Amino acid sequence: MMPRKNLLVSAVRKEQILKTLAQGKRVDGRGLLDYRPLSITPNVIEKAEGSALVKLGDTHVIAGVKMGVGTPFPDTPNEGILIVNAEILPTASEYQEPGPPDEDSIELARVVDRGIRESKMIDFSKLVIEPGKHVYTVYVDISVIGMDGNLFDASSYAAVVALMTTKYYPFINQNGNLVKGSEKVPLPIQDLGISTTFAKIDSYIIVDPTWEEESIMEARLTMVYDKSGDICAVQKGGNGGLLLDDVLKIVDLAKSKSEEMRKVLEGVISNA
Amino acid sequence: MENPLIVNGKRTDGRSPTELRPLKIDVGIIKNAAGSSYIEHGKNKIIVAIYGPRDSHRYGMNIERATLRCRYHMSPFSTEERKSPQPSRREIEISKVIRDALEPSLILENFPKTMIDVFVEVLQSDGGSRSASITAASVALADAGIPMKDLVEAVAVGKVDGTLVLDLNDIEDKEGESDMPVAFMLNENKVTLLQMDGKMTVEEFKAGLMMAMEAAKKIKEIQKEALAKKYSKGDRKNDA
Repeated sequence: MMPRKNLLVSAVRKEQILKTLAQGKRVDGRGLLDYRPLSITPNVIEKAEGSALVKLGDTHVIAGVKMGVGTPFPDTPNEGILIVNAEILPTASEYQEPGPPDEDSIELARVVDRGIRESKMIDFSKLVIEPGKHVYTVYVDISVIGMDGNLFDASSYAAVVALMTTKYYPFINQNGNLVKGSEKVPLPIQDLGISTTFAKIDSYIIVDPTWEEESIMEARLTMVYDKSGDICAVQKGGNGGLLLDDVLKIVDLAKSKSEEMRKVLEGVISNA
Repeated sequence: MENPLIVNGKRTDGRSPTELRPLKIDVGIIKNAAGSSYIEHGKNKIIVAIYGPRDSHRYGMNIERATLRCRYHMSPFSTEERKSPQPSRREIEISKVIRDALEPSLILENFPKTMIDVFVEVLQSDGGSRSASITAASVALADAGIPMKDLVEAVAVGKVDGTLVLDLNDIEDKEGESDMPVAFMLNENKVTLLQMDGKMTVEEFKAGLMMAMEAAKKIKEIQKEALAKKYSKGDRKNDA
Protein backbone atom coordinates (compact mmCIF):
# COMPACT_ATOMS: atom_id res chain seq x y z
CA MET A 1 0.00 0.00 0.00
CA MET A 2 2.54 2.58 1.05
CA PRO A 3 6.28 2.63 0.68
CA ARG A 4 8.31 2.60 3.84
CA LYS A 5 8.57 6.08 5.29
CA ASN A 6 10.84 5.26 8.15
CA LEU A 7 14.09 3.40 8.43
CA LEU A 8 14.09 0.31 10.59
CA VAL A 9 16.28 1.32 13.50
CA SER A 10 17.47 -1.59 15.61
CA ALA A 11 16.97 -1.53 19.36
CA VAL A 12 20.73 -1.49 19.87
CA ARG A 13 21.16 1.48 17.56
CA LYS A 14 18.30 3.34 19.21
CA GLU A 15 19.89 2.79 22.60
CA GLN A 16 23.16 4.11 21.23
CA ILE A 17 21.41 7.21 19.85
CA LEU A 18 19.70 7.87 23.19
CA LYS A 19 22.87 7.29 25.22
CA THR A 20 24.75 9.71 23.00
CA LEU A 21 21.98 12.29 23.35
CA ALA A 22 22.20 11.92 27.12
CA GLN A 23 25.82 13.04 26.83
CA GLY A 24 24.75 16.11 24.88
CA LYS A 25 25.88 14.76 21.51
CA ARG A 26 24.47 13.18 18.38
CA VAL A 27 25.76 9.94 16.88
CA ASP A 28 27.27 11.94 14.01
CA GLY A 29 29.21 14.09 16.49
CA ARG A 30 26.97 17.16 16.40
CA GLY A 31 25.56 18.95 19.40
CA LEU A 32 21.79 18.77 19.95
CA LEU A 33 21.25 22.22 18.46
CA ASP A 34 23.73 22.07 15.58
CA TYR A 35 22.86 21.82 11.91
CA ARG A 36 24.77 19.44 9.69
CA PRO A 37 27.28 20.99 7.29
CA LEU A 38 25.23 23.07 4.86
CA SER A 39 26.38 23.90 1.37
CA ILE A 40 24.26 26.00 -0.96
CA THR A 41 25.22 26.48 -4.61
CA PRO A 42 23.06 28.94 -6.52
CA ASN A 43 22.74 29.01 -10.33
CA VAL A 44 23.49 25.35 -10.94
CA ILE A 45 21.01 25.08 -13.81
CA GLU A 46 21.73 27.55 -16.62
CA LYS A 47 18.40 27.01 -18.34
CA ALA A 48 16.39 27.84 -15.24
CA GLU A 49 15.70 31.46 -14.33
CA GLY A 50 16.90 30.67 -10.83
CA SER A 51 18.21 27.55 -9.16
CA ALA A 52 20.04 26.23 -6.13
CA LEU A 53 21.54 22.98 -4.97
CA VAL A 54 21.41 22.45 -1.23
CA LYS A 55 23.37 19.79 0.57
CA LEU A 56 22.40 19.46 4.18
CA GLY A 57 24.55 16.53 5.23
CA ASP A 58 23.41 13.74 2.93
CA THR A 59 20.08 15.35 2.15
CA HIS A 60 20.46 16.79 -1.32
CA VAL A 61 17.80 19.01 -2.83
CA ILE A 62 17.75 21.00 -6.02
CA ALA A 63 15.23 23.75 -6.70
CA GLY A 64 14.62 25.45 -10.01
CA VAL A 65 12.55 28.55 -10.80
CA LYS A 66 10.85 28.97 -14.16
CA MET A 67 8.82 32.03 -15.06
CA GLY A 68 5.69 31.79 -17.12
CA VAL A 69 2.90 34.09 -18.19
CA GLY A 70 -0.65 33.22 -17.26
CA THR A 71 -4.03 34.69 -16.50
CA PRO A 72 -4.47 35.83 -12.88
CA PHE A 73 -6.94 34.20 -10.51
CA PRO A 74 -10.30 36.02 -10.65
CA ASP A 75 -10.09 37.08 -6.98
CA THR A 76 -6.55 38.47 -7.37
CA PRO A 77 -6.48 40.17 -10.80
CA ASN A 78 -3.55 42.37 -9.81
CA GLU A 79 -1.20 39.73 -8.46
CA GLY A 80 1.26 37.28 -9.93
CA ILE A 81 0.97 33.59 -9.18
CA LEU A 82 3.20 31.26 -7.18
CA ILE A 83 3.20 27.52 -7.83
CA VAL A 84 5.37 25.28 -5.68
CA ASN A 85 5.78 21.63 -6.51
CA ALA A 86 8.00 19.03 -4.87
CA GLU A 87 8.98 15.55 -5.79
CA ILE A 88 10.97 13.04 -3.80
CA LEU A 89 12.75 11.36 -6.70
CA PRO A 90 13.34 7.60 -6.86
CA THR A 91 17.03 8.48 -6.69
CA ALA A 92 16.50 9.68 -3.12
CA SER A 93 16.31 6.32 -1.37
CA GLU A 94 15.76 2.65 -2.02
CA TYR A 95 12.22 2.95 -0.69
CA GLN A 96 11.05 5.72 -2.98
CA GLU A 97 8.96 4.55 -5.93
CA PRO A 98 8.45 6.53 -9.11
CA GLY A 99 4.97 7.90 -9.61
CA PRO A 100 2.81 10.91 -8.90
CA PRO A 101 3.68 12.90 -5.77
CA ASP A 102 2.70 11.05 -2.59
CA GLU A 103 1.39 12.73 0.58
CA ASP A 104 4.93 13.43 1.82
CA SER A 105 5.87 15.29 -1.37
CA ILE A 106 2.60 17.21 -1.29
CA GLU A 107 3.02 18.21 2.35
CA LEU A 108 6.60 19.25 1.63
CA ALA A 109 5.56 21.46 -1.29
CA ARG A 110 2.71 23.02 0.66
CA VAL A 111 4.85 23.86 3.69
CA VAL A 112 7.58 25.42 1.52
CA ASP A 113 4.84 27.32 -0.35
CA ARG A 114 3.41 28.63 2.92
CA GLY A 115 6.84 29.88 4.05
CA ILE A 116 7.36 31.82 0.81
CA ARG A 117 3.80 33.12 0.57
CA GLU A 118 3.17 34.08 4.19
CA SER A 119 6.54 35.73 4.72
CA LYS A 120 5.49 38.03 1.82
CA MET A 121 8.85 37.21 0.28
CA ILE A 122 7.80 38.24 -3.22
CA ASP A 123 5.82 41.39 -3.99
CA PHE A 124 3.27 39.77 -6.32
CA SER A 125 1.64 43.11 -7.11
CA LYS A 126 4.78 43.89 -9.14
CA LEU A 127 4.42 40.73 -11.23
CA VAL A 128 1.54 42.02 -13.29
CA ILE A 129 1.94 42.66 -17.02
CA GLU A 130 -1.64 43.69 -17.80
CA PRO A 131 -4.09 43.85 -14.86
CA GLY A 132 -6.71 41.11 -15.00
CA LYS A 133 -5.20 39.62 -18.15
CA HIS A 134 -1.53 38.76 -17.98
CA VAL A 135 0.54 38.14 -14.88
CA TYR A 136 3.73 36.22 -14.22
CA THR A 137 3.54 32.73 -12.83
CA VAL A 138 6.53 31.83 -10.68
CA TYR A 139 7.06 28.07 -10.78
CA VAL A 140 9.26 26.65 -8.06
CA ASP A 141 10.03 22.98 -8.63
CA ILE A 142 11.84 21.12 -5.91
CA SER A 143 13.53 17.78 -6.49
CA VAL A 144 14.80 15.77 -3.56
CA ILE A 145 17.67 13.79 -5.04
CA GLY A 146 19.14 12.32 -1.90
CA MET A 147 17.32 11.75 1.34
CA ASP A 148 18.67 11.84 4.86
CA GLY A 149 16.05 13.65 6.89
CA ASN A 150 14.92 17.27 7.33
CA LEU A 151 13.63 17.68 3.80
CA PHE A 152 11.64 20.71 4.94
CA ASP A 153 14.59 22.97 5.73
CA ALA A 154 16.73 21.74 2.83
CA SER A 155 13.88 22.27 0.35
CA SER A 156 12.97 25.64 1.81
CA TYR A 157 16.57 26.89 1.62
CA ALA A 158 16.87 25.64 -1.96
CA ALA A 159 13.62 27.34 -2.94
CA VAL A 160 14.35 30.72 -1.34
CA VAL A 161 17.91 30.90 -2.64
CA ALA A 162 16.69 29.98 -6.14
CA LEU A 163 14.09 32.77 -5.91
CA MET A 164 16.56 35.33 -4.55
CA THR A 165 18.94 34.63 -7.43
CA THR A 166 16.29 34.45 -10.14
CA LYS A 167 16.78 36.67 -13.21
CA TYR A 168 14.30 36.63 -16.04
CA TYR A 169 13.40 38.43 -19.26
CA PRO A 170 10.37 40.62 -18.57
CA PHE A 171 7.49 40.98 -20.99
CA ILE A 172 6.35 44.39 -22.05
CA ASN A 173 2.79 45.11 -23.08
CA GLN A 174 2.83 46.88 -26.46
CA ASN A 175 -0.71 47.58 -27.69
CA GLY A 176 -1.98 44.28 -26.35
CA ASN A 177 1.00 42.29 -27.62
CA LEU A 178 3.52 40.90 -25.18
CA VAL A 179 7.07 41.62 -26.25
CA LYS A 180 10.03 40.04 -24.54
CA GLY A 181 12.40 42.56 -22.98
CA SER A 182 16.09 42.51 -23.76
CA GLU A 183 17.51 42.68 -20.25
CA LYS A 184 17.00 40.26 -17.41
CA VAL A 185 15.54 41.53 -14.17
CA PRO A 186 15.42 40.04 -10.64
CA LEU A 187 12.20 39.17 -8.80
CA PRO A 188 10.69 41.86 -6.52
CA ILE A 189 11.99 40.37 -3.27
CA GLN A 190 10.92 42.10 -0.04
CA ASP A 191 11.44 39.56 2.75
CA LEU A 192 13.07 36.21 3.50
CA GLY A 193 11.36 33.50 5.53
CA ILE A 194 13.78 31.14 7.26
CA SER A 195 12.70 27.61 8.07
CA THR A 196 14.04 25.65 11.04
CA THR A 197 12.98 22.14 12.01
CA PHE A 198 13.19 20.55 15.43
CA ALA A 199 12.49 16.99 16.53
CA LYS A 200 11.68 15.46 19.89
CA ILE A 201 13.39 12.14 20.62
CA ASP A 202 12.72 10.66 24.04
CA SER A 203 13.20 13.72 26.28
CA TYR A 204 15.59 15.53 23.94
CA ILE A 205 14.91 18.40 21.56
CA ILE A 206 17.23 18.39 18.57
CA VAL A 207 17.52 20.49 15.46
CA ASP A 208 17.92 19.25 11.86
CA PRO A 209 17.08 15.57 12.38
CA THR A 210 18.61 12.92 10.13
CA TRP A 211 16.40 10.25 8.59
CA GLU A 212 17.48 7.80 11.27
CA GLU A 213 16.55 10.31 13.97
CA GLU A 214 13.22 11.06 12.27
CA SER A 215 12.50 7.33 12.27
CA ILE A 216 12.59 7.18 16.06
CA MET A 217 11.30 10.67 16.90
CA GLU A 218 8.02 11.43 18.63
CA ALA A 219 7.25 14.42 16.45
CA ARG A 220 8.83 17.31 14.65
CA LEU A 221 8.04 21.00 14.42
CA THR A 222 8.95 23.24 11.50
CA MET A 223 8.79 26.99 12.06
CA VAL A 224 9.38 29.81 9.60
CA TYR A 225 10.37 33.30 10.78
CA ASP A 226 10.39 36.45 8.67
CA LYS A 227 13.05 39.14 8.90
CA SER A 228 11.19 41.11 11.58
CA GLY A 229 11.21 38.01 13.80
CA ASP A 230 7.51 37.18 13.40
CA ILE A 231 6.32 33.62 12.85
CA CYS A 232 4.81 33.13 9.41
CA ALA A 233 4.37 29.37 9.02
CA VAL A 234 4.28 26.37 11.34
CA GLN A 235 3.85 22.67 10.71
CA LYS A 236 3.91 19.86 13.22
CA GLY A 237 4.66 16.45 11.80
CA GLY A 238 5.11 12.88 12.88
CA ASN A 239 2.71 10.46 14.48
CA GLY A 240 3.39 11.46 18.09
CA GLY A 241 2.45 14.42 20.27
CA LEU A 242 4.56 17.28 21.52
CA LEU A 243 4.34 18.46 25.12
CA LEU A 244 2.98 21.99 25.30
CA ASP A 245 6.11 23.03 27.20
CA ASP A 246 8.26 21.67 24.38
CA VAL A 247 6.32 23.66 21.82
CA LEU A 248 6.93 26.82 23.83
CA LYS A 249 10.63 25.96 24.15
CA ILE A 250 10.98 25.26 20.43
CA VAL A 251 9.34 28.58 19.52
CA ASP A 252 12.20 30.40 21.27
CA LEU A 253 14.95 28.04 20.09
CA ALA A 254 13.68 28.30 16.52
CA LYS A 255 13.76 32.08 16.64
CA SER A 256 17.43 32.26 17.57
CA LYS A 257 18.32 29.41 15.21
CA SER A 258 16.54 31.13 12.34
CA GLU A 259 18.60 34.27 12.91
CA GLU A 260 21.74 32.16 12.68
CA MET A 261 20.57 30.44 9.46
CA ARG A 262 19.44 33.77 8.00
CA LYS A 263 23.06 35.01 8.13
CA VAL A 264 24.21 31.86 6.34
CA LEU A 265 21.65 32.23 3.56
CA GLU A 266 22.21 35.95 3.16
CA GLY A 267 25.93 35.25 2.86
CA VAL A 268 25.28 32.78 0.06
CA ILE A 269 22.99 35.18 -1.77
CA SER A 270 25.32 38.18 -1.53
CA ASN A 271 28.15 36.11 -3.02
CA ALA A 272 26.01 34.73 -5.84
CA MET B 1 -8.89 47.38 4.58
CA GLU B 2 -12.32 46.81 3.07
CA ASN B 3 -14.82 45.77 5.73
CA PRO B 4 -13.71 45.52 9.34
CA LEU B 5 -14.10 42.02 10.80
CA ILE B 6 -14.44 43.24 14.37
CA VAL B 7 -16.72 46.11 15.35
CA ASN B 8 -17.08 47.20 19.00
CA GLY B 9 -15.51 43.94 20.14
CA LYS B 10 -18.04 41.86 18.18
CA ARG B 11 -17.13 39.62 15.26
CA THR B 12 -19.02 39.21 11.97
CA ASP B 13 -21.22 36.53 13.54
CA GLY B 14 -21.72 38.46 16.77
CA ARG B 15 -19.24 36.49 18.88
CA SER B 16 -16.66 37.89 21.27
CA PRO B 17 -12.99 37.15 20.47
CA THR B 18 -12.83 34.19 22.87
CA GLU B 19 -16.19 32.63 22.07
CA LEU B 20 -16.66 29.28 20.30
CA ARG B 21 -19.24 28.81 17.55
CA PRO B 22 -22.16 26.50 18.39
CA LEU B 23 -20.87 22.94 18.44
CA LYS B 24 -22.95 19.77 18.37
CA ILE B 25 -21.86 16.15 18.11
CA ASP B 26 -23.95 13.02 17.47
CA VAL B 27 -22.49 9.57 17.93
CA GLY B 28 -23.27 6.33 16.06
CA ILE B 29 -25.04 7.62 12.96
CA ILE B 30 -23.86 4.97 10.49
CA LYS B 31 -24.95 1.44 11.17
CA ASN B 32 -22.34 -0.40 9.10
CA ALA B 33 -19.38 1.45 10.57
CA ALA B 34 -17.46 0.25 13.62
CA GLY B 35 -17.86 3.76 14.93
CA SER B 36 -19.22 7.01 13.58
CA SER B 37 -20.05 10.59 14.42
CA TYR B 38 -21.58 13.72 13.01
CA ILE B 39 -20.44 17.18 13.97
CA GLU B 40 -21.86 20.61 13.38
CA HIS B 41 -19.36 23.27 14.25
CA GLY B 42 -20.44 26.67 13.00
CA LYS B 43 -21.57 25.94 9.45
CA ASN B 44 -19.32 22.90 9.19
CA LYS B 45 -21.32 19.70 8.78
CA ILE B 46 -19.07 16.68 8.82
CA ILE B 47 -19.57 12.94 9.13
CA VAL B 48 -16.88 10.52 10.20
CA ALA B 49 -16.99 6.73 9.84
CA ILE B 50 -14.46 4.31 11.28
CA TYR B 51 -13.91 0.90 9.70
CA GLY B 52 -11.68 -1.67 11.37
CA PRO B 53 -9.53 -2.88 12.91
CA ARG B 54 -9.68 -5.19 9.92
CA ASP B 55 -7.23 -7.72 8.57
CA SER B 56 -4.71 -6.50 6.14
CA HIS B 57 -1.97 -8.32 4.35
CA ARG B 58 -1.05 -5.47 2.11
CA TYR B 59 2.53 -4.49 1.42
CA GLY B 60 3.72 -1.96 3.92
CA MET B 61 1.42 -3.00 6.75
CA ASN B 62 2.92 -2.84 10.20
CA ILE B 63 3.33 -6.24 11.84
CA GLU B 64 3.56 -4.72 15.31
CA ARG B 65 0.55 -2.45 15.39
CA ALA B 66 -2.50 -1.35 13.47
CA THR B 67 -1.93 0.96 10.54
CA LEU B 68 -4.08 4.07 10.75
CA ARG B 69 -5.35 5.48 7.48
CA CYS B 70 -7.26 8.68 7.04
CA ARG B 71 -9.17 10.26 4.20
CA TYR B 72 -10.44 13.82 4.50
CA HIS B 73 -12.73 14.58 1.61
CA MET B 74 -14.95 17.51 0.73
CA SER B 75 -18.22 16.90 -1.05
CA PRO B 76 -18.58 18.76 -4.37
CA PHE B 77 -21.53 20.71 -2.93
CA SER B 78 -19.76 21.64 0.31
CA THR B 79 -18.37 24.98 -0.89
CA GLU B 80 -19.59 28.18 -2.62
CA GLU B 81 -18.05 27.10 -5.92
CA ARG B 82 -18.43 23.42 -6.78
CA LYS B 83 -15.40 21.51 -5.62
CA SER B 84 -14.03 18.88 -7.97
CA PRO B 85 -14.55 15.46 -6.36
CA GLN B 86 -10.94 14.46 -7.05
CA PRO B 87 -8.80 14.80 -3.94
CA SER B 88 -6.91 18.09 -4.10
CA ARG B 89 -3.41 18.62 -2.76
CA ARG B 90 -4.96 20.46 0.17
CA GLU B 91 -7.13 17.45 1.02
CA ILE B 92 -4.16 15.08 0.79
CA GLU B 93 -2.16 17.24 3.18
CA ILE B 94 -5.09 17.57 5.58
CA SER B 95 -5.67 13.80 5.52
CA LYS B 96 -2.08 13.37 6.61
CA VAL B 97 -2.10 15.93 9.40
CA ILE B 98 -5.42 14.59 10.75
CA ARG B 99 -3.91 11.11 10.88
CA ASP B 100 -0.85 12.49 12.68
CA ALA B 101 -3.15 14.31 15.12
CA LEU B 102 -5.17 11.20 16.02
CA GLU B 103 -2.50 8.53 16.03
CA PRO B 104 -0.73 9.60 19.26
CA SER B 105 -3.97 9.05 21.19
CA LEU B 106 -4.58 5.48 20.03
CA ILE B 107 -3.19 2.26 21.42
CA LEU B 108 -2.54 0.65 18.05
CA GLU B 109 -0.25 -2.04 19.46
CA ASN B 110 -3.39 -3.96 20.43
CA PHE B 111 -4.16 -4.75 16.79
CA PRO B 112 -1.07 -5.92 14.94
CA LYS B 113 -1.28 -6.52 11.18
CA THR B 114 -4.60 -4.71 10.86
CA MET B 115 -5.70 -1.39 9.53
CA ILE B 116 -8.11 1.18 10.87
CA ASP B 117 -9.73 3.55 8.40
CA VAL B 118 -10.96 7.01 9.30
CA PHE B 119 -13.21 8.41 6.58
CA VAL B 120 -14.04 12.08 6.98
CA GLU B 121 -16.63 13.56 4.65
CA VAL B 122 -17.16 17.31 4.79
CA LEU B 123 -20.77 17.85 3.67
CA GLN B 124 -20.60 21.58 4.22
CA SER B 125 -17.47 23.51 4.92
CA ASP B 126 -16.85 26.58 7.03
CA GLY B 127 -13.65 27.89 8.59
CA GLY B 128 -11.88 25.28 10.71
CA SER B 129 -13.06 22.12 8.95
CA ARG B 130 -9.90 20.21 9.76
CA SER B 131 -10.26 21.04 13.45
CA ALA B 132 -13.89 19.96 13.48
CA SER B 133 -12.91 16.78 11.61
CA ILE B 134 -10.37 15.86 14.28
CA THR B 135 -12.82 16.56 17.12
CA ALA B 136 -15.43 14.37 15.42
CA ALA B 137 -13.02 11.62 14.35
CA SER B 138 -11.74 11.17 17.88
CA VAL B 139 -15.31 10.65 19.10
CA ALA B 140 -15.97 8.18 16.27
CA LEU B 141 -12.82 6.25 17.20
CA ALA B 142 -14.05 6.06 20.80
CA ASP B 143 -17.41 4.86 19.47
CA ALA B 144 -15.57 2.15 17.51
CA GLY B 145 -14.04 0.97 20.77
CA ILE B 146 -10.46 1.63 19.74
CA PRO B 147 -8.53 1.91 23.01
CA MET B 148 -7.17 5.40 23.49
CA LYS B 149 -5.15 7.39 25.99
CA ASP B 150 -7.36 10.42 25.61
CA LEU B 151 -9.83 12.09 23.30
CA VAL B 152 -8.33 14.58 20.87
CA GLU B 153 -9.97 17.94 20.31
CA ALA B 154 -8.96 20.65 17.90
CA VAL B 155 -9.75 24.31 17.38
CA ALA B 156 -8.21 27.17 15.47
CA VAL B 157 -7.03 30.50 16.78
CA GLY B 158 -5.88 33.38 14.66
CA LYS B 159 -5.37 37.07 14.30
CA VAL B 160 -8.16 39.16 12.86
CA ASP B 161 -7.94 42.96 12.61
CA GLY B 162 -4.93 42.74 14.94
CA THR B 163 -6.89 40.88 17.64
CA LEU B 164 -6.34 37.31 18.73
CA VAL B 165 -9.58 35.39 18.17
CA LEU B 166 -10.80 31.86 18.81
CA ASP B 167 -12.45 29.48 16.34
CA LEU B 168 -12.27 31.38 13.05
CA ASN B 169 -15.25 31.37 10.72
CA ASP B 170 -14.99 31.35 6.93
CA ILE B 171 -14.50 35.10 6.43
CA GLU B 172 -12.02 35.39 9.29
CA ASP B 173 -10.12 32.41 7.93
CA LYS B 174 -9.89 33.93 4.45
CA GLU B 175 -9.40 37.59 5.31
CA GLY B 176 -7.72 37.49 8.70
CA GLU B 177 -3.98 37.90 9.24
CA SER B 178 -3.28 34.40 10.45
CA ASP B 179 -4.82 31.02 11.13
CA MET B 180 -3.47 28.43 13.55
CA PRO B 181 -5.27 25.11 14.05
CA VAL B 182 -4.19 23.20 17.16
CA ALA B 183 -5.15 19.76 18.50
CA PHE B 184 -4.66 18.63 22.08
CA MET B 185 -4.45 15.49 24.17
CA LEU B 186 -5.23 17.26 27.40
CA ASN B 187 -4.54 14.34 29.76
CA GLU B 188 -0.93 14.32 28.66
CA ASN B 189 -0.64 18.06 28.05
CA LYS B 190 0.34 17.30 24.48
CA VAL B 191 -0.15 19.05 21.16
CA THR B 192 -0.84 16.62 18.32
CA LEU B 193 -1.58 19.04 15.51
CA LEU B 194 -0.04 22.44 15.07
CA GLN B 195 -0.07 24.46 11.89
CA MET B 196 0.05 28.14 11.24
CA ASP B 197 0.04 30.45 8.29
CA GLY B 198 -0.07 34.19 8.28
CA LYS B 199 1.86 36.39 10.63
CA MET B 200 2.10 36.35 14.39
CA THR B 201 4.64 37.58 16.89
CA VAL B 202 6.15 35.04 19.27
CA GLU B 203 4.01 36.46 22.11
CA GLU B 204 0.79 36.20 20.09
CA PHE B 205 1.68 32.65 19.11
CA LYS B 206 2.12 31.61 22.74
CA ALA B 207 -1.03 33.41 23.87
CA GLY B 208 -2.92 31.77 20.99
CA LEU B 209 -1.81 28.31 22.11
CA MET B 210 -3.17 28.98 25.60
CA MET B 211 -6.43 30.33 24.22
CA ALA B 212 -6.83 27.19 22.11
CA MET B 213 -6.14 24.97 25.10
CA GLU B 214 -8.86 26.62 27.19
CA ALA B 215 -11.32 26.07 24.32
CA ALA B 216 -10.23 22.45 23.93
CA LYS B 217 -11.30 21.83 27.53
CA LYS B 218 -14.80 23.00 26.66
CA ILE B 219 -14.90 20.92 23.47
CA LYS B 220 -13.83 17.84 25.40
CA GLU B 221 -16.88 18.19 27.65
CA ILE B 222 -19.12 18.25 24.56
CA GLN B 223 -17.36 15.15 23.20
CA LYS B 224 -17.86 13.30 26.47
CA GLU B 225 -21.52 14.30 26.68
CA ALA B 226 -22.09 13.07 23.11
CA LEU B 227 -20.58 9.69 23.92
CA ALA B 228 -22.43 9.44 27.24
CA LYS B 229 -25.71 10.24 25.48
CA LYS B 230 -25.36 7.24 23.21
CA TYR B 231 -23.99 4.75 25.70
CA SER B 232 -26.31 5.67 28.56
CA LYS B 233 -29.02 4.06 26.43
CA GLY B 234 -27.45 0.63 26.80
CA ASP B 235 -26.55 -1.84 24.07
CA ARG B 236 -25.14 0.06 21.13
CA LYS B 237 -26.32 -2.54 18.60
CA ASN B 238 -29.92 -1.64 19.29
CA ASP B 239 -29.83 2.01 18.67
CA ALA B 240 -27.49 2.31 15.70
